[in-house]
Amino acid sequence: MKQDIDLKAIYVPSEDVVAREIEGELIIVPIVAGIGDGLDDLLTLNETGKAIWDQLIQKKQLSEIIELLKKQFKSAAEKIEQDVYGFVKELLKRGILKMQSPRS
Amino acid sequence: MKGIRSPFVIRKTRQQHPLWRKRQPLLSQLDIELTERCNNNCIHCCINLPAANRSTRIRELDTTQWESILRQAADLGALTVRFTGGEPLLRKDFPDLYIIARKLGLKVLLFTNARLIDAKLAHLFIRIPPLERIEVTVFGLTRKSYETVTKVHGSFLEFQKGVRLLEENRIPFIIKGVYLPANADEVNQIEAWAAALPWMEHPPDFSLLMELRGRRDSPAKNRSLLKLRSSPETAVTFMRRHEKKNMPGMASFCERFVGIKGDILFSCGAGTGGCVDAYGRWQPCLSLRHPDLTYDLLKGSLEDALTRHFPTLKGMKAQNPDFLQRCARCFLRGLCEQCPAWSWSEHGNLDTPVEYLCQIAHAWAHHLGILAAGEKSWEIQDASQRIISWAKNRSSIQGNREGKSPGKK
Ligand code: SF4
Ligand code: SF4
Repeated sequence: MKQDIDLKAIYVPSEDVVAREIEGELIIVPIVAGIGDGLDDLLTLNETGKAIWDQLIQKKQLSEIIELLKKQFKSAAEKIEQDVYGFVKELLKRGILKMQSPRS
Repeated sequence: MKGIRSPFVIRKTRQQHPLWRKRQPLLSQLDIELTERCNNNCIHCCINLPAANRSTRIRELDTTQWESILRQAADLGALTVRFTGGEPLLRKDFPDLYIIARKLGLKVLLFTNARLIDAKLAHLFIRIPPLERIEVTVFGLTRKSYETVTKVHGSFLEFQKGVRLLEENRIPFIIKGVYLPANADEVNQIEAWAAALPWMEHPPDFSLLMELRGRRDSPAKNRSLLKLRSSPETAVTFMRRHEKKNMPGMASFCERFVGIKGDILFSCGAGTGGCVDAYGRWQPCLSLRHPDLTYDLLKGSLEDALTRHFPTLKGMKAQNPDFLQRCARCFLRGLCEQCPAWSWSEHGNLDTPVEYLCQIAHAWAHHLGILAAGEKSWEIQDASQRIISWAKNRSSIQGNREGKSPGKK
């Protein structure tokens, strides 16, 4: 799973979605076809997803985000890594995230 | 990826999940009447002006002004904008406004007669889906019936072409109708067509009551509109078409909403959303154009209207003695279409009972068995008790039909 994701990269919301924070809810509104599952779906994130998203939008490298989340949450380090990889991979596939620029 | 169960991403369909866990945003949907002009000239229309009417076109808000209003709506938390008219697709900048709205993260609900849907527009809806089903009004299924209603030669062919483009490109749309003498014998066919459309969740709605001109601008047109109205009995017969299916819902509706509301004028949701007219005045609802109640967005803001202007509507009381004698004491108000908007278009004020609506509400209540022949809703003393026993009676009939004993879950 990990090989698709670049730890040094910055992943940002793609122009194909608009992420809106309304009354404390993060709502991801697809702009182009093929992002949601159904005709009029809006998407939102669970708590883990939201915590990762909040870091991503600050344009941090993935490795940096993982370290920050490890400090912030009590879960096992490996679980946090898995979650971040899984999250980024899924959102890339859906077209919600895109890689900004690999920093090395 | 489609349909996958995700540990991180949660789908929020309107049916499955309440969108807001804590509190609702100040504005959830904004209606925008982009123009009063229309390429049809329907015999029943309460708003249309000629498509080429230059003086009207000049008064309409321009793209930048609409963009500012859309941006304000998004900032207030709105998730949907409804574009209606007239015919909204007559606006040359419709594609721009559509893209602006979608890029602000708004879903777009489009009301149209479909005549101006061409390949370019269809392509736009494929590339950037509206995220709401387009609503197409069907005036007839033959050239004769359709054009008897629209009074425009060639309109039927264009309508067919527009709808075909939606169908062929699988752009989600639903249809709705208007019940008129010209198409009365096509209702079953329209319903059969609707049943075959994958996006229809229930049978199509038909407008039936024929509102008079909302701008009170044409006594001649009002006279023809009055002639198109079905008798209360015919209206009730028409409303009964899906009675078996709707009746259980009707019983709980009556239990919850039928009751005496006194002299309050607005017992509806007017003013929590509303409709911006083509010239930037925000009306408390789609139909209410009384100039004293609208708010000029060119001089203010959506937020100011919602927090300062519209809340005053809630406290408005009826003054008309006829209203106080009848509607204020009537337990059928939740069943009756009587409201300030109807009173405005019929009588030019906010609180005059509309006789036609009163007759329909009485005919409907009589049919349901809530009122006996000749009884007047405002004279009933034991209204709440009557509704409770009526609803109980209904559920026990329903229970017996389904083979359950009354009262058993
Ligand atoms: S298509 Fe709609 S807006 Fe146009 S004239 Fe007919 S009813 Fe009125
Ligand atoms: S049924 Fe008649 S009295 Fe009752 S609310 Fe309607 S118009 Fe008023």
